[in-house]
Order: sequence, then structure tokens, then C-alpha cells
Amino acid sequence: MAIKASAVLERLVEGVMSLVEIPINALERLMGRKRVPYLFLAPNLVLFGIFTFLPIAISVGYAVTGGTNLFVTDRPFVGLDNFRQLLSCQDYSRPGTCQESLFWTAIWNTFWFVGFNVVATLLVALVTALILNRAMVGRGFFRAMFFYPVLLSPVVIGLIWKWFLDRNGLLNAFFEMMGVPPHVFLLEVGWARFFVVLVSVWFHMGFYTLILLAGLQAIPKDLYEAAAIDAASRRRTLFAITLPLLGPNLLVVLILLMIRSVQIFDEAWVLTNGGGPGTANSFIVQYIYQMAFGSDLRLLGLASAASVLMGVVLLALTLVQLRLARKTEEI
Amino acid sequence: MGELKLSSLNKAFGAVHVLHDIDLSVKDGEFVVFVGPSGCGKSTLLRIIAGLEDVTSGRIEIGGRDVGQLSPAERKIAMVFQSYALYPHMSVRKNLAFGLENLKFKRSEIDARIAEAARMLAIEPYLDRKPRQLSGGQRQRVAIGRAIVREPDIFLFDEPLSNLDAALRVQTRAEITRLHQQIKTTMIYVTHDQVEAMTMADKIVILRAGRVEQVGSPLELFDYPRNLFVAGFLGSPRMNIVRASIAGIGPEGASIDLGHGAVLPCDVDPAAVRPGQRVLAGIRPAHFQRVEEGGVPFVVQYYESLGTETYVYGALAETQEPIIVHETGHFAPPSGTRLAIAPMPGRLHVFDPDSELAIARRDAGQRRGAVHGN
Amino acid sequence: MAGTINPVAFLGRTRRRGRIDITDILSWLWLIGGTIAVLVPVVWAGLSSMKPEAEITRFPPSLLPRTTQQVVVPGYDRPLGLWTVTIDGESREMAMVRRIGIKAQMVDPENPAAPVSVDARTISPVQKLTIATENYSDPLERFNFLTYLKNSVFVTVVATILTLIVNAMAAFALSKYRFRGDKAVFVLIISTLMIPLTVVMVPAYMVIVGVGLVDNLWGVIIPTVASPTGVFLLRQYMLTIPDELIEAARVDAASEFRIFWRIVLPLTAPALAVLAIFSVLWRWNDFLWPLIVLSSRENFTLQIGLNAFQGEFSVQWHYILAMTFLSLLPVTVVFLFLQKYITTGIAGTGMK
Repeated sequence: MAIKASAVLERLVEGVMSLVEIPINALERLMGRKRVPYLFLAPNLVLFGIFTFLPIAISVGYAVTGGTNLFVTDRPFVGLDNFRQLLSCQDYSRPGTCQESLFWTAIWNTFWFVGFNVVATLLVALVTALILNRAMVGRGFFRAMFFYPVLLSPVVIGLIWKWFLDRNGLLNAFFEMMGVPPHVFLLEVGWARFFVVLVSVWFHMGFYTLILLAGLQAIPKDLYEAAAIDAASRRRTLFAITLPLLGPNLLVVLILLMIRSVQIFDEAWVLTNGGGPGTANSFIVQYIYQMAFGSDLRLLGLASAASVLMGVVLLALTLVQLRLARKTEEI
Repeated sequence: MGELKLSSLNKAFGAVHVLHDIDLSVKDGEFVVFVGPSGCGKSTLLRIIAGLEDVTSGRIEIGGRDVGQLSPAERKIAMVFQSYALYPHMSVRKNLAFGLENLKFKRSEIDARIAEAARMLAIEPYLDRKPRQLSGGQRQRVAIGRAIVREPDIFLFDEPLSNLDAALRVQTRAEITRLHQQIKTTMIYVTHDQVEAMTMADKIVILRAGRVEQVGSPLELFDYPRNLFVAGFLGSPRMNIVRASIAGIGPEGASIDLGHGAVLPCDVDPAAVRPGQRVLAGIRPAHFQRVEEGGVPFVVQYYESLGTETYVYGALAETQEPIIVHETGHFAPPSGTRLAIAPMPGRLHVFDPDSELAIARRDAGQRRGAVHGN
Repeated sequence: MAGTINPVAFLGRTRRRGRIDITDILSWLWLIGGTIAVLVPVVWAGLSSMKPEAEITRFPPSLLPRTTQQVVVPGYDRPLGLWTVTIDGESREMAMVRRIGIKAQMVDPENPAAPVSVDARTISPVQKLTIATENYSDPLERFNFLTYLKNSVFVTVVATILTLIVNAMAAFALSKYRFRGDKAVFVLIISTLMIPLTVVMVPAYMVIVGVGLVDNLWGVIIPTVASPTGVFLLRQYMLTIPDELIEAARVDAASEFRIFWRIVLPLTAPALAVLAIFSVLWRWNDFLWPLIVLSSRENFTLQIGLNAFQGEFSVQWHYILAMTFLSLLPVTVVFLFLQKYITTGIAGTGMK
């Protein structure tokens, strides 16, 4: 039965493909075999052109023009005014004194978020990977367990945590059991910021654990045997062998983590109802989103100028990462 | 049909010139072996014939038509690859059918041809297996089968035995030879193994660094190597090469001085040499014999006994030039033994040390066919 | 097999046989604690999604979805809640008629004529395990959730198929051909890895406006089809396919396109499977781009619908959680079956 079904499917695919083949083979004969690779590349390059390279050009166009018109050609040229507006500030550490105070609030929020998130995720992932790397029972189970949240959608994660942290949620029930007064966690600035980081660590640490674990498992086993023969203590083995050899992986993970953290949006947006309380959790992507799509007044110039600034930072981080990746390969 | 003619073929990859002015003609039904050390261009030449590589200049004709611009499929060739290149996801049957399907053969014709090839190669029991379920020898036969079902004008083999173990290689060698006798189609076979070349070929083409060194039947090349390279390449162990000089030219021909006063007659054309001329003498290990007097003194270092034959390794006493001597049967000379050896009559090859070419022989009539480019 | 493991031996089986030291204990604490941390919010949401509306906001919450049992008592219009009452040291189940302060008026359902008054602090409700299936069925029937589901499935399936085809073609060209500009094209494609959507989302939207795909599912699908990650992954895999196979197919008179789909695609199946899994996850979970492109309700994907839903029904957690759980379910099932495949795939490619 099963064999028959697969045979039927095979026939079907073959039938369809032999029809598809006719025009493509004709084109192939027309162009000559030498030019066939261009044919294969065409769909991809067209899509890249339209949806990646063209937007980059438009982005620059938006950033140097003003007004609210969607079409670049209909927008008045304003030079670097958008950047000037974003960057003019009396005291950069106090967003309130800046012309675009929202932008600087978002910058500082993002800055602190990236700092805490990178350190926390890296530490948790590293510890977990080191533990999982020990030859122990149930490694596959735990690896899968920690990885599971990575696959979930940010909206789902935002909602699940929102419910967990609800005034009537499980955490408050636990607090009450311990005799601590309940909190409306997501409406208190300190708690809300803490939980945005916590949820982010919870969400992504499995991914970085997996990468670090792969790095750990690539360290040759005989090095550990040699260290054991050399009577190295566990602590010494960790600091003299494991961490130095994991170094390149750690750097790559660090940069990757930074690149992704700067772009924090989805789960924070859902969890905090759009950056709340107030602007305590408003991040840079959210600023761009709100400027461009948040209201009927489309401030595409400011949004794009902010995008360009963020793009420059991400590009710099990526270049560092590529360099590190190449170095890792050399080792 | 299966005639092949290459005229002044050149191939360059960028600045690297890999084939130089190749001229070659192959008659229908001939078994031709391209042989040479790795990097000599033999595989590139085969791939050019197959249409897998373009030529930089020159002309390729198969069956009298210019195929230079044709795709592999249009050249009516079939090829057996070094790695066999069986499609790993298809059963043996589908592997055999793939080419015929592409050429829009009728189903009944495809089935008939597969059945015929499977019978000929004794692969019927495996037709529904995947290649990875087969042994190396079975894969090899499937690869040949895939070529046979196409009924090509020319079969191309690219080092097809190099992935087999020694015993299987000997067996498959014989099978391919038998196949050729059976179907009598032109076969072009690339190998770096001179034994394969000697045993299988009607005609050997020896290549070095992108040039044809010599073309001819195996024994022509063995007996009358055109130059030092061919002399050294064919025959195992290699031909011994020692420095020598022309001792004199008498009425019976020239004589050669191998040192130690060992002056021996040799059959070079007396007109081609002058007395005292420095030359290189080449003698195959099997063409030495022990002599009572007049030989060259040779000091034994060690020997290898293979049972039916013995290779004695040593050096000439005076010049310390290393020499291998072949003896039939058992022979166990202790290290340091001094022997007197001399080449068998007519088995001494004389080369010019500068041009590395063989110096012409008196019996020039036998040199037919031993000329570059045939 | 798992059943035969002695629990003590299981826990004790650490690096050095027979010795459990402090790092082993800490390791196990970390792993078990982490597992609990991962599971608790998810399981809690799952359990809560099965609670009826009246139960879900009760504080402190009950762990399992339960409802107070109700009985119809002759002489009363509404069904009455059933409580456990202790009278004269004897425990009985009675229905509550009304409650005034700390006094509750109860009746025996068997004998409704004689209500008794008891101290409300001493009684407890009779509850039983129930699953509020209406949390799931209501949104599916009354709201647009089936539409959202349908849209999500459409986007996921179509985008994944296109992603596989378009990127496999490009990877084939970049791995099996030498042509003028091959290196430049590869670098160009890989360089787009550096440009995350968040940077170009504003002008990308403008392009979508330009090609008339605003508020259209195709506007969600098409811009994400050409994936540099996909090209890279497939190309690296295709490089391991021997060139001789392709040449053999050429000798076998196959056209280049036929070589692609009859030889190269089947042999790239493992990498295609990895890309397919990722593609499904990307599309199923995607949020920001659909949020920008889609504006009308009948085009929402599940994630956007869920987000909109929580905005509108901010107190109706029973519905929100049920729908959240529904959208999490396929991913969880996929993960349960393909866990090993996914984790090794990610460890090998470093993408997600």
C-alpha cells in the first residue's frame, strides 16, 4: 500500500516536472548551456534586488528627505536634517533634553537591555553548555528542554509570560504563599524591565547553549585525558583548556547575541503592551516602527534615518563577527 | 562509427597550458589506452573527447563528423567514471534507464537493453538494489552496464579500476577485455597503471606533461621505447639506466663500454654514433644474465624472493650505479656477493643523454609504429 | 529500557563512578531548575486555558482546571453551587441558597424544604475536574480564528515551498557551475545576511505598496522567499555532491534542469529538510513583517490575530490562552518528533 502510494506520488511529480521541463529546456537550448547558471540564479537575484537592495537605496532616500509622502521622488530633499533632529541633544544621558526624546529613550533602553541581556544570556548558556557537555545521563532530554522555547513564536511567549506575571498569576500566588505582597509586575518600571530581560534569556538561551555545546564537543577528548594525567584540577582544566579553546565560539556567540539584542522587538512588544509602562521598555526598533507605521502621520524620514544609524551599528558588529568566524575557521 | 580523430588539440585552463598539439587517430573497434603519470593530461584529454571540457583549439571528429560543439549526449559516447558516479538515490535499474529515458527511448526498448546488459554483466540479481548496497566490483559492473545500454560509438573509461582491490582489479581487467572482444566497440581507457595499459590495449598512447610521447602497440613500446621516459614508464621494475660510452664502431656494428672494461656489442645504427660518445644504456632487469666472463661486475646488496622469481638489488662495482637484476626461480646471493652480469643480446637500449631520445637501431625496419603520432 | 533503570544508579551515574561530589549535585540542580523554569510558564498557560471563565481569575489560583459542581434543587430557579458542610461532626454535601456576611444558608438537595444556616468560613466548594472546551470552540466559531489559522497555514506552506525551490536553484548555480561573476554573486547574496529586516522594513513596505501587495498574504510571502541563509546552507551541502555525478548525467543526455531535479535535488534532501523545518518555524512564528503588511482582519495570520485579540479582549484570558495554546501546539508536536533533527541541524548551521 505504502509502496504504491509513493510510486503514485513519484509518477505524479514526474508528470508535473516533465511538463515544467518543456519550456525550461527550450530556454536552455536557446541560451546555451553556458548561460544556464544565470537562469537558475535569476529568481533569487530578482527577489533580492527588489526586496533587499532596492529598499536599502530607498532607505537612504527617505533618510535625506522630509514630509510624509510614501514615494521618495515626491519628497522634499532635506539633506541631513533628519539625522540632525535625531542627534541634537543638550545632554545625551537625559533623553528629556533631546529634540527627539523618544529616540534617546529608546537608545538608552536598548543600550541597557543589550548590556544585561548579553551578559545574562551568555552566562546562563555557558553554564548550561558546560554542564550538558559532561558525559551525563539525560543530556538529550535536557538539551531539547532548554531548546524548546527557541521554537515558539514571540507573540506566544509574550502572552504566556504576561499570564504568568498577571496580578492573579502564578508568580503572585507564589509570592503570597511566601507572605510577600502581590505586584502588578508589568506595570512597575523596575519589575517590567527585569522581566523583559528574563523573558528574553528564557526565550533564546537554548539556541546559544546549542552553539556553545557544539563548540565544546569539538574540543578533542585527548586534551582532557592529557590534563588528567598532568593532574590538573577541574577548575584548572576549565580555565586552562575548556574556556581558551571555546574562546572563538564564545566571541561569535557574543557578537551574534549583540546583533540580535539590538533588534529586540516582538516579544517585548507583546509582553509590555508596546513598550510600557510608559516608555520604560520602548526600544529602537519599536521607535522606528512607531515613527513609520504607528500613526497615520508617517514620519518616514526620521524612521529611516534611525534605521540607517542602526544599520551602521549592526553592519559593524557583523563585520566583526565575520572576521571572528574566519579566524575560528583558521584555528 | 567509432573512429576518432584529434587534430592539433590544445587545452589551457587560464594561463596553464595542459595539452599541447595532440594529434591522434583511433580506428573503429580499437582498444586504446591513455597512460601517463598523474597530471599528464590524460584525464583532461578523455573529458575533452567526452565533451565535458571545451577545447582551446583543435578539432575532434567522431565517426567522421566534427563534434567540437556538440554536447556529450550528442557525441554518441558513454563513459565509465573513476568513482563510477552511480546515482546513489536510484536503483541499479533506474541508473541504467536514466540515459535512455532522457533520450526518449520507448519503455520496451529500455527494458530490453537493460535485460541484455544485466545478463552480459551478471548483475540481474541486483537490479532493484541501490548502489550503496553493492560491493565495489558490482558497482563497477553497473557503471559499465550504464555505458553499454547506451550502445555508444565509443566507450570512455576514466581510471575505472583504481578503486578496486588488487585481486578484483585483475579480474575486472580481464572482464573488460572480454567485453571489448564481444562487442567490438571502440574503447578509450585512461589509467596511470602501466600493467593495465600493457595487458588491455591494442594501442597505447603515452602522455607526459600534456604531450604525446609515443603511440603504438604494447610490445612495440616495450621493445622499442622512443625515449628515456617511455623506457622507464613501461615495465616493472623499471629499466636500469647506466652511464656508458660508445667503445668503437667495427664491421659488425657498434660496441658499447659499460665500464670495468666490459665492452659489449650493441645494435645501434653505426652511422648514428661516433666512438667515445657518452650515452645512456638501458637494460631491463629481466634482460640481464649472469656470465662467466666479459660481464660487468655487480655487487649484491639484498634480494627479494617471490618464489617463481627473484629480484636482486645491488650496484655496479665501479660506478656505484644502482641496478636491479631479475632471476627466474630461487636465487639467494648473500649481501656483498660479486656477480658478473651482461645484457642479453639485442636487449640493450641506447639513449642520447642530452635529448633523452633513443639512438636509432640497425634493424630500423622494426621501428614501424614506434614513431610519435603514428 | 527506561523502565529497567534503577533510579539511584541513574542519578549516581556521573563522571566518576561511585562518587558524587558537589559539582554533580549543583549540575543536577541547575538542569532540573532550568527544566522547571522552562516548563512552568508554558504548562501554567496550558492548564489555565482549560479553566472556565469564572475560575480563571480566581486568586489564589487552583492548579488544575476545576469548576464548582452545581445541582438543580426543586423550588429554586437557578442551579445552586454544591458545598461540603460539616454539621454535628458529620460531613454532608449541601447546596448554597444565599450568603450573607459570614452566614450561609444551605439546603439539602434531597430535602429542599428545610434550609439551615451555617458559618460560611467552615464550608468549602465541591469541585470536579472539568475542561472548558468552550474556550477553544468559541473563538474558533465566533471570531476569525479559523481564518487566521488558514492564513498562517497558507503563508507557511507556500513560502516554504517557494523558499526551497528558489534557493535550491541559486545554490545549484553557485555550487556546480563556474561562470563569469560566480564569486561576486555569492558574496552579494551572503552580504544580505548582514541586513536584517528591521533595518529595511520601512522602505520594504514602500516596495510592497509599489507592487500593490499591501494587506495581501503574498506581500508577506514573497519578500522573504530569497533567503541568504537558505542559499548558503544548500550551497554548502551541494558542494559535497561529487561533480562526477553531474557529468555522468550530462553524458546520459540529461538537460541541466533535469540534472537539477532528478539528481541534485534528491541528493540534497537532508539539507532541504533542515531548511524546510526552519522555514516553517520562521513563517509560523513571524510577527513584525506581517504586522506591517497586513491590515485587515480577514488577512491576519495567527500571530497577528493573537496580538490583536489580546488587545481587544484584554480581560478575556480564557480565550486568549486557549488560542495561544492552539498556535503553540503544532510547533510543539513538530519539535517532539523532530527534536534530534532540529537541534543537530541548528548546531551544525548556527541558524534559527
